[in-house]
Amino acid sequence: MYSDPTFLVIQTLNGLQLAMLLFLLSVGLSVVFGLMNIVNLAHGTLYMFGAYFGIWVYNLTESFWAALALAPLGVMLLGMFFYEILIKKLRNAPPLQQVLVTFGLIFVGLDAVRMSWGNLATSIPKPEIFSGSVLIFGEIYPSYRLFIIGLGILVMLVLYFCLERTRVGSIIRAGVDDREMVSCLGINVDLAFFGVFCIGCYLAGLSGVVAGAVFPVEPGMDMSVLILTLIVVVVGGLGSLKGAVVGSLMIGLAETYGQVFIPEYASVTIYALMAIILLKRPGGLFPARAVQ
Amino acid sequence: MSRKLLEVENLQAFYDLSHVLQGVSISVMEGTVLSVLGRNGAGKTTLLNSIMAVLKKREGRILYAGKEIQSLPAYKIASLGIAYVPETRGIFPSLTVKENLEIAARKSVGTTNRETWNLDRVYQLFPQLKDRAQNGGAQLSGGEQQMLSIARALMTNPDLLILDEPTEGLAPRIVQEIESFLTELKKEGLTMLLVEQNLSFATSLADQIAVLGKGQIKWVGSPQQFMKEMEIQHTWLGV
Repeated sequence: MYSDPTFLVIQTLNGLQLAMLLFLLSVGLSVVFGLMNIVNLAHGTLYMFGAYFGIWVYNLTESFWAALALAPLGVMLLGMFFYEILIKKLRNAPPLQQVLVTFGLIFVGLDAVRMSWGNLATSIPKPEIFSGSVLIFGEIYPSYRLFIIGLGILVMLVLYFCLERTRVGSIIRAGVDDREMVSCLGINVDLAFFGVFCIGCYLAGLSGVVAGAVFPVEPGMDMSVLILTLIVVVVGGLGSLKGAVVGSLMIGLAETYGQVFIPEYASVTIYALMAIILLKRPGGLFPARAVQ
Repeated sequence: MSRKLLEVENLQAFYDLSHVLQGVSISVMEGTVLSVLGRNGAGKTTLLNSIMAVLKKREGRILYAGKEIQSLPAYKIASLGIAYVPETRGIFPSLTVKENLEIAARKSVGTTNRETWNLDRVYQLFPQLKDRAQNGGAQLSGGEQQMLSIARALMTNPDLLILDEPTEGLAPRIVQEIESFLTELKKEGLTMLLVEQNLSFATSLADQIAVLGKGQIKWVGSPQQFMKEMEIQHTWLGV
């Protein structure tokens, strides 16, 4: 079975699908880390809220696309609120304080979800157009997964264009290099950072909605994905789009292949991979800044 | 009809527990060049970082064009028309040479009628940068980095240019080139605050010299007077 190329293609697609979800989650986290040295452990919580907001909008409108369009915006507003009341004040705080406060937010988020939507697992129905399957080398494959892969690639391209070809993108890259120098050129870096933070929240919400149609939506869905996301950020290197792309592809595929090809070691595959990479490259594969 | 463009009054600055600047007062007249000389550790870079609010732990008054700026964040200070060429040059390695320049581009805020700096004009002044436009900021030589840092500062169309040891670690030929650029800028009427260890460079460019030692201003005067002050030179600069 393992040598069957069709099987390999199917598993690779599954891996890519996971990779794209991880990419949507990790890119914001990584750039925010890199730009402002802020550790936001509650990033997974935003993902969970994305899924629940998605269900909420779906129940009101019965449209997946309305959920996809509106829920991430709601998550962004939520992120902006937390930025104003908490994150802003943590900007110059030591990492431990940032970790404790944002870790606390995870529990607040968890209870807020339980109180609002209960403990039962639910899900967002897939959109009609992607509810069926396609044939890939004679195998049946759910088309919604291909939609996730396509969406991930689209977001990658849009982010790449914005980061590499626009002035705002230059400011963000320069801010990761040397924040103070950017300020000394008369540019409000904090504003650029706030923008990046908002986009990060939006993408976390987006991945929540998208994932809500394949994975169960339940309280605690944020924790498993948070760990994978942090691994992606660490493996890819802080602050770079390239790192987030390569990191999520590696971790997404390693996780999927590990479960299929070496199930007895599946629980450690990605951790072993992370350990090896960090031994060779302590700053991750493509850190935006050289490791001090 | 010259006025004080920058005034620093009784500036105190601190790094952790050490009291680096102990009541520094200097002023730069519009259209002139002030060189601040001093040994390593005298507080020269601290003075510039304090003016730019890169160093925030400081007391005293800083006035630009008559307005207090010491409570403003760095980006607001810069956008009043002050450009900074730091000792580290501050080139963004992730950006190309061209992007390094474009990111800084801004219209002049002053009322002067100096010719506007844009990409074309900067490339005219520094043709090397045009050849290297698509290179990454990290791929430049020390001299090229310094030119890029000055060129980038000019792209903000400043009224005051602050330079921290622009000749440090550069070959004599490049130092000469930079000196002639800066002389040109001075002729155009650009006000400059220059920190230097290179005495001949500083004195040939400056209208006024201030000597900084142990966090205090020890002497102020013209370059001609300064050349005669052997004792000041010996005590505070180790010449």
